[in-house]
Amino acid sequence: MMEISSLPISASHRSKLLSAGYTTLSSLSAVSPLQLSRDLNVALQEAVDILKVSSESCRVEVQDGDVEFCKGAQTAWDMLSEEQALRHISTGSGDLDSIFGGGIHCKEVTEIGGVPGIGKTQLGIQLAINVQIPYDFGGLGGKAIYIDTEGSFMAERAYQIAEASIWDTFDNFGCQPKEIPEKLKPESFLANIFYFRICSYTEQIALINYLEQFLVEHKDVKIVIIDSVTFHFRQDFDDLAIRTRVLGGMSLKLMNLAKKFSLSVVLMNQVTTKFTEGSFHLTLALGDSWSHSCTNRVILYWNGNDRHAYLDKSPYLRPASVHFSVTGKGIRDATSQCKRVRMM
Amino acid sequence: MANKLISQMGLPLPIANVFAARSIITAKDALSLPESDLMALLDLGRDQVLSAIARISEITCPPYQTVLSLMEDRRSSGCHGGRLRTLLKGLDEALGGGIPPGLLTELVGPSGIGKTQFCLKLSLIAALPTCYGGLNGRVIYIDTESKFSSRRIIEIGENSFPQIFQTEGMAQEMAGRIVVLRPASLSEFTQSLEKIKLSLIQREVNLLIIDSMAGLISVNPRENESCTRGSRQQPLGWTLSFLKSVAEFSRIPIVVTNQVRGQSTEAFHYPFEGLGGDDNVTSERLESHLVAALGIQWAHAVTIRLVLEAHSGQRYIKVAKSPFSPPLAFPFIVDSSGIVPLSDDGIELTGQEISTIRFQVQQI
Repeated sequence: MMEISSLPISASHRSKLLSAGYTTLSSLSAVSPLQLSRDLNVALQEAVDILKVSSESCRVEVQDGDVEFCKGAQTAWDMLSEEQALRHISTGSGDLDSIFGGGIHCKEVTEIGGVPGIGKTQLGIQLAINVQIPYDFGGLGGKAIYIDTEGSFMAERAYQIAEASIWDTFDNFGCQPKEIPEKLKPESFLANIFYFRICSYTEQIALINYLEQFLVEHKDVKIVIIDSVTFHFRQDFDDLAIRTRVLGGMSLKLMNLAKKFSLSVVLMNQVTTKFTEGSFHLTLALGDSWSHSCTNRVILYWNGNDRHAYLDKSPYLRPASVHFSVTGKGIRDATSQCKRVRMM
Repeated sequence: MANKLISQMGLPLPIANVFAARSIITAKDALSLPESDLMALLDLGRDQVLSAIARISEITCPPYQTVLSLMEDRRSSGCHGGRLRTLLKGLDEALGGGIPPGLLTELVGPSGIGKTQFCLKLSLIAALPTCYGGLNGRVIYIDTESKFSSRRIIEIGENSFPQIFQTEGMAQEMAGRIVVLRPASLSEFTQSLEKIKLSLIQREVNLLIIDSMAGLISVNPRENESCTRGSRQQPLGWTLSFLKSVAEFSRIPIVVTNQVRGQSTEAFHYPFEGLGGDDNVTSERLESHLVAALGIQWAHAVTIRLVLEAHSGQRYIKVAKSPFSPPLAFPFIVDSSGIVPLSDDGIELTGQEISTIRFQVQQI
């Protein structure tokens, strides 16, 4: 039985309800707004609001047919067929795609962490470009939002990666360069990345609150990249308990956005050292409760002289590790490393 | 934008009054609380709080730019905020023309390797007229370890750019463009940063050098990492945010030096990497046991990291972190004209070699 204390209403209303003897939701279900307003000594409109909130929280509507007896729910079978219909965003490296389960998934929040210089920003830029590969060429044909909290985004680098990505895509489909349509120039790829530069955690929270409205206006956005989610929260948030809850609220909103707009959310995270079992280990920043908030977590790390990616957390894929490389063209399979192109 | 006033956001008056009465004045006050806390504090219903937050967020949120317009902006502002050439030809090429504006560039290396020499030369180059490859502007040099030598800077100038420094009065003009600040403590340092902020943003200065950052914030890194939010972490975090925003708004290069410290245990690993390959780790340790001071948080924040190191009887400068350069190393020597490259062809680096810092004591 749900309690009044769990209702999302203001504190004074809650205490008035409790002192008037309304302790459970069911006790509210049979009361009229007028009666409630008299009992609580509040305006009629406020009583209506309270009843609206309470009925929303306990609604389990039984509808015709057995598939949808609960509003908003889906059967596992429906979810599977929907999941199979969705395309994934390629990282540019087949090996790397494989540990993400065929590329970055839409409707999911993916966290990518690693030491400085391992290639997090490179991967972010690559994804912002690759999401735009047209549907006919195996991509999603979507747009990208790039939220830069660190100031490390390079427009020139994005241009290089876009150029290489377009060439490679056409190469794979056996097209001649002159057949490339006008809208597939690097310039138009860059015009489809919405870039937000965030300078404080307040702005970061504000942007994530505002993102829903933005996405309603820009429905073709298929990926939101936050590079990095950590930076400002690590600098100047004093109260740790509140930080944890604010971060929790933020990740919940991002998850809802991913589901609602069927887009992929990619969060870059920094690493920190942590003392466990008598020794220091590298771990991703923001603490343990944060680590629950992402569906997938991939850690990029050095293994000897090679860049590797390790799947740390996934609801359906087994932990695995693959080799990838960062080249002049962007993220690629490790085998192509020998013909590294000198940039610029 | 975090300090925008809620009273000026066009919220319904009764709601705005409730915010004011609970002394939630700025967007920062409102948004750094979880929504349920805000509801309890303001004693408002959920719908009211959510719509107020939506309004506050919309106003606080910075506007977006497409990457295309971003690139065009940077190109059109090309003359000002141009790259600062290092006059090490190979390094300039690797960095796409020099040290880029608008970013933090870090020089890391053991003491005596030539960090200050490099900084002195950079400040001189920035002061030079554009026809000699300089930025023709003022330089602010924050010298925290009292290593700046005006005599040395004239010496470097006379030897590297004889045609300028032999001209009457030019030495005085060039050296006059370099403003040296010597803060004695961290609080003095933050004060002087606040003071120069305005002139930086008004673009009166073309280069900011901080030599060295680690000298100001000498933290015990181990302690610092295990209690990340310790009080000592705060000034570093503040300085980082501040420098990054200044770099961006003024679009000038900022060069910061960092020291190294010995690494007391073997390199950190993720738990999943296990203990395999132990031999590898020990052999690595014997060769290199220096890491950059200021910890991993700082390393995340700098956009370009140049490592100065010495091994096999030779000094090298290498690009250890940069979003647009391949990892290359360039040998150099320090002589009377400052840092001089021995070769313009970089040595390609792979893997861990990129980020390790080696140092062998040499006879120079």
